[in-house]
Amino acid sequence: MGLLGYGAYVPAYRLGSESGVRGTRVVASFDEDATTMAVEAARGLTGHAPGSLWWASTSPPYLDKTNAAAVHAALRLPSTVPAADLIGSARSTFAGMRAAVASGGLVVAADVRVGKPGSADEKAGGDGAAALLFGDGDAIAEVLGMASETLEVLDRWRDPQRTTGEQWEERFGFEQYADLVRGVAARLLDEAGLTEADHVVVTSGNSGITKRAGALVKGALSSSSSPIGFSGAVDPLLGLAAVLDVAGPGETVLVLSAVDGCDGLLLRTTDLLASRRAARSVADQLAGGRPIPHLTYLSWRGLVERELPRRPEPDRPAGPPSARAGTWKFGFAGSRCTACGFVHVPPLRVCRSCSAVDAMETVSLADQTGTVATFTIDRLAFSPSPPVIDVVVDFDGGGRTTLEIADADPERVDVGAEVSLVFRRLFTAGNVHNYFWKAKVL
Amino acid sequence: MASKGIKDAVAIVGMGCTRFGERWESSTDDLLLDAVGEALGSAGVQRDDVDAYWLGTLASGQSGLTLSRPLGIDYKPVTRVENYCATGSEAFRNACYAVASGAYDRVMAVGVEKLKDSGFSGLLRADPPSDGTAAELSLTAPAAFSLLDPAYTSKYGVDPIAMREAMTHVAWKNHVNGARNPKAQFRKEVSRETIEGAPKVAGRLGIFDCSGVSDGAAAALIVRAEDAYDYTDRPIFVKALSLAAGPMRGGLDPAYDFTTFPEVVHSAADAYAQAGITDPRSELSLAEVHDCFTPTEIVLMEDLGFADRGQAWTDVLGGDFDADGRLAVNVDGGLKSFGHPVGASGLRMLYEAWLQLRGDAGPRQLADPRLALTHNLGGRPGGCVSFVSVVGNERG
Repeated sequence: MGLLGYGAYVPAYRLGSESGVRGTRVVASFDEDATTMAVEAARGLTGHAPGSLWWASTSPPYLDKTNAAAVHAALRLPSTVPAADLIGSARSTFAGMRAAVASGGLVVAADVRVGKPGSADEKAGGDGAAALLFGDGDAIAEVLGMASETLEVLDRWRDPQRTTGEQWEERFGFEQYADLVRGVAARLLDEAGLTEADHVVVTSGNSGITKRAGALVKGALSSSSSPIGFSGAVDPLLGLAAVLDVAGPGETVLVLSAVDGCDGLLLRTTDLLASRRAARSVADQLAGGRPIPHLTYLSWRGLVERELPRRPEPDRPAGPPSARAGTWKFGFAGSRCTACGFVHVPPLRVCRSCSAVDAMETVSLADQTGTVATFTIDRLAFSPSPPVIDVVVDFDGGGRTTLEIADADPERVDVGAEVSLVFRRLFTAGNVHNYFWKAKVL
Repeated sequence: MASKGIKDAVAIVGMGCTRFGERWESSTDDLLLDAVGEALGSAGVQRDDVDAYWLGTLASGQSGLTLSRPLGIDYKPVTRVENYCATGSEAFRNACYAVASGAYDRVMAVGVEKLKDSGFSGLLRADPPSDGTAAELSLTAPAAFSLLDPAYTSKYGVDPIAMREAMTHVAWKNHVNGARNPKAQFRKEVSRETIEGAPKVAGRLGIFDCSGVSDGAAAALIVRAEDAYDYTDRPIFVKALSLAAGPMRGGLDPAYDFTTFPEVVHSAADAYAQAGITDPRSELSLAEVHDCFTPTEIVLMEDLGFADRGQAWTDVLGGDFDADGRLAVNVDGGLKSFGHPVGASGLRMLYEAWLQLRGDAGPRQLADPRLALTHNLGGRPGGCVSFVSVVGNERG
């Protein structure tokens, strides 16, 4: 069993110094959540269908409903692939990783970390997603070992009804965790017959641990922590992804996550890594990004209420039509007329070109690119973050539809612009999240 | 088109139309009573002499009871119809066919809409439960129609500044016309600077590029053409009624370029064939068209055959469709200035045709009009229903 692939997703927006943040704080857009970002992180990994899907998050969009099912649908995985949520604390990720390693599965972690305005969590947290695919076959890294220590400790906690959490004095948590981190590292290295790892990633919700990561367990080539600050369940996977973006062949990577104990994973990269790195490195994604005003950010998180256009809120998506539209709504599948080739987005039964009836085949367009035929900026439409920019997209290979633009920068939208599709949450109504696809300017 | 039409089979012998606008003081019931009462009075007919009713409303009520209750109609057939913004025309079309069929002697078509009670801007949609993916759920009407503007300028190489001036001319003209109409929502001329400087709603459309959101009602009494002179010495005769519902191909087909409404082209060709019109530019005396947004009116001039392709913008700027131009378009102010209470609008267009063809249009009366066209559209570029009628003051 080895690591077959990895992916990371860093959202486009950055809180800047205007909000008291030093450097840049990575924030998910208003239409992103732990489900949509998980899809973006894992999209490139499904050439090899995983045996299972494990979705980890501290910010689940739903309870009582399996968030992983929407990820499963958007990734267009076979229905026989089990998908489950691991939610609550950042430690869930390692539980998912153990299950994925055991069964040849996909573990994906995603989080929108919210802090009270002015808090350390607001300044030093981060939103994002990352995924690891394990399985038999040509691995980019072999799993040398996993180890854990468990500790009941009052370091970080959160009322389930709230989006912002609390923390004890960080020095207390640091002292509780430090020996566990050293201990798990030592066990893993001993079992593998190593004295040190080439790369060490130490992540934790306790900033005392992450600040002293290099001192606690040092890597021969690199010592690092989360690339975007504490990103909840995403932390260890994102830290690992950043290392895999640059690691050489045959190098060992030790990932340690200190959350209510400590979990560790030891990997050794293979010669295949260089040719199978993620399409966009964490560093590249971090280098991009657009500033977002603090007030807009607060409105996105529901921490301030903004005046919206004088339009009714949309109706919640209904269960039966959404179920019937599964491959369209979640998988962006259209229909292609087998008689004349005309592509219909959304799928239709009667061909708009040759009038053939029920002569359609399903065609997935989720990974298709297209060009903007025309567009408009709608200042009247309801949106959690007006204005809406709508584009008419003509897909390469056929098909046209009208979509909203994601991460809209009006300056960059123009007729002829090339777009790809991203999975987003259009709005939430009646406590139902309306997941669908948007166009993103390339 | 295989429609045979009912040219000169039926006539309008009475009409009524309320003042359009923010009618805070009037309920849907009040508006219906006022419009129906005026229509009956103009024909000298009593309520109980009407054999059947067709009521058009998009969202101000459901079923025929919406009309039978306020009027107290005793056990007569009342049919409620809905066809987006062409709803009023659709009530009229079906009512005409009922008389032409011989089923009834006297029928009434009524349209009403009470938009201003909701507290929201623009139109509200009552959509069935859905999967939440349709673009129409979020894209508002002004946004959908704003797509015409950049598409048109790019296809025909029109300077966007000139196109903006043409859009402004449409709004300016329709406000000039509405200022002369006591029943219009906006009875004020508006300067070009004000129109162009207005806050943007969608794309390059500002608030003055959008039709008035209003309350109102209108009604028409329809009888067999041979009976028309029993009611009035100046009836108007129905020459053509056409409706085309599109397959909504434009939103799916990369070949569609957002510079035309194929539904309008089809319905116009059908209506001209029914009416025996070969040259609408010279044969029509006036046209009431669906100027929901200013670029719509520009594109309609081409789809209805009033201007050559790619030329409407310059014809508009040249004043061709002003009240004193070669073909008066929306001489009553149109949706822009008269207002657009959805279910009433199609009948409001016919009301202006009625006034003009009878010589009752007061300060905006055109010289010796003979044939009038009304065009009413529901939906948006890429998929709509389009209605075209031709009415005249002489029976052929």
